[in-house]
Amino acid sequence: MVEAGVGIIFWILTFVIIVSALLVVTLKNIFHSALFLILCLFAVAGIFILLHAEFLAAAQVLIYVGAVSILIIFAIMLTSNMASKKIIQTNQNALVAFFACLMFLVVTLVLINKTGVWNYSTRNLPAENILTIGKLLMTDFMLPFEVVSVLMLAAMIGAIVLAREDKA
Amino acid sequence: MDLQLPELNLLKMLPEIFLFLWALAIITFDLGTRRKTGATVGYLSLLGLLITGLILVFTGYGRGFGNMFYNDPLALFFKMIFLGASFMAIGSSFGLTNQKIVNHRGEYFALILFSTVGMMFLSSSNELLSLYIGLELTTIPLFVLAAFFKDNKLSVEAGIKYLVVGAFSSALLLYGLSFLYGMTGTTDILLMKVNLAVTQLKFEGNIGLVLIITIILLLAGIGFKLSLPPFHQWAPDVYEGSPTPIAAFLSVGSKAAGLVAFAKIMVNGLYAFYDPVMRPNDWGVLVGVLAAAAMILGNVVAIRQNNIKRMLAYSSIAQVGYIMIGMVSFNELGLASVAFYIFAYMFANMGAFAVVAFFEDKTGSCQIESYTGLAKSSPVLSIAMTVFLLSLAGIPPLAGFLAKFYVFAAAIKMAQAEGSYNWLYWLVGIGLLTSVFALYYYANVIKTMFFSDADSPYKLSFTLPVFTVIMIGLVGVFLFGLYPEPIMKFASEIPTSLGFIVD
Repeated sequence: MVEAGVGIIFWILTFVIIVSALLVVTLKNIFHSALFLILCLFAVAGIFILLHAEFLAAAQVLIYVGAVSILIIFAIMLTSNMASKKIIQTNQNALVAFFACLMFLVVTLVLINKTGVWNYSTRNLPAENILTIGKLLMTDFMLPFEVVSVLMLAAMIGAIVLAREDKA
Repeated sequence: MDLQLPELNLLKMLPEIFLFLWALAIITFDLGTRRKTGATVGYLSLLGLLITGLILVFTGYGRGFGNMFYNDPLALFFKMIFLGASFMAIGSSFGLTNQKIVNHRGEYFALILFSTVGMMFLSSSNELLSLYIGLELTTIPLFVLAAFFKDNKLSVEAGIKYLVVGAFSSALLLYGLSFLYGMTGTTDILLMKVNLAVTQLKFEGNIGLVLIITIILLLAGIGFKLSLPPFHQWAPDVYEGSPTPIAAFLSVGSKAAGLVAFAKIMVNGLYAFYDPVMRPNDWGVLVGVLAAAAMILGNVVAIRQNNIKRMLAYSSIAQVGYIMIGMVSFNELGLASVAFYIFAYMFANMGAFAVVAFFEDKTGSCQIESYTGLAKSSPVLSIAMTVFLLSLAGIPPLAGFLAKFYVFAAAIKMAQAEGSYNWLYWLVGIGLLTSVFALYYYANVIKTMFFSDADSPYKLSFTLPVFTVIMIGLVGVFLFGLYPEPIMKFASEIPTSLGFIVD
């Protein structure tokens, strides 16, 4: 019974993801596209929860829905006439791109399905999933964790350099 | 809750920590002096790189952070190259920071140093996660640096192009890495190797088709960083638009970082799957085809270029082709020849770009025809450019000749030792043939400078930093062309220390 319920939720989420993702790249109004992007990212967070990856789900909501999408909406609102303009999202390469992506998708699916060598862990997930990730980040993976802050600093300095208006 | 920290051994990463703090100090100094002292900031950056180099010499081999940070010969050799490339890029930036970049000089130098820190960190990483983060720290400052002329359309275009391509290639690389993680359950490269071998034994040598797509994704991801065809289209546009010293840094530093990533993930991690017996999981032939494409396309298209920066961009695409010959030759000379090649390439290419940057600062032109008759008015500059271009073309007794020689020797040795590697002969043949094309377009620039009746309207006198960079380049090209033994000895420790060649 529980299994069936999970299955139904999975298909609903998948449907939402695919439809909203398609709408993001086809709608004429950029503001509507941004809203559907948020919906799409939310549904992806739902998939993560189904997979017992609570940390990923929380990060997905916090970073993509909370920060990135809000920034996109701010950028649209603060740019004059952007929200009311009609945009064309395709060019003459659309068909080629579609078939290239379709080919990649089909090849990847076939290859993944034909492979039976995934190194599954047979152990159960630790109950305190997030706690374990936090511990690892603060011990074994502390070095990359610290370097990420250097990376953030560099990105921030770069963004300020590019965005700042210089006096002549 | 108990937190057991791994053994830190922070001293082993002192060079990276020092360079990072130095970069912060440079920004602070620039702000503290109200951005008045562009040249001082530049000299301070050079000083920082020199001190980092000294610290690096005394740090030596060892581990830090448990298994995360690993100083082996590969790491130390490439750190030397990164520091050298960064030094020469900053040295040839002084003209720019005097005239064009007047507002954010501190950030300009600091971002170059940040990128260098990323490269050094990448070359010491022993694990997929820190390797990826190192690669990001390398490229993200370079996006900004490529677009540093904010009012110049070409420069902004270069920045955006590099950003989009860089993000796309990172996504491909990450997708490939996630497959590797899924198959092996670990991010540690050595453990990954073992687990892959175990899986392979379990499935009687047929590890499955998913490894193919993993390898293709990894090749595409790193191929973009290396500008290996067909992932090269961004390179000429980005090189043309970005500030010339940054283009130089991209073509040497960033490329060397890509080579380290390639050596770590593909050569070291997936070595067992480089073998024609392993079909269809063999990736060596695939890289060989890409290398051949790089040599042919780079050298042929470079002939038609009028802009010297675009010409050098295509030439750098071709050079990657030669380097990849060494990468797919798995004997004791293979990786050593790659390391020597990029070392020799650093001196010649950074030197050539330094001349181009200097010429552009003084005249504002990057067209090859602007160099007409330069030999009469500025003989030293023209002779230096000639030497650099001849080294790039691979003329003895310059370092570029020995670099090509070692790479070809590694390939021929491999092909002789194992019959199934005879396709390497073809690769060497293409390499030799396309070298002739290369000589043609390099010689075209030399001809324009020396054998023209017209007099150059430009008379250029050196400034100290540019003179230093050009002198370093000249000394390097001659010294290591005539006396390569110490460098080759150092480089030949790389393949043995990686562990897949036991001698």
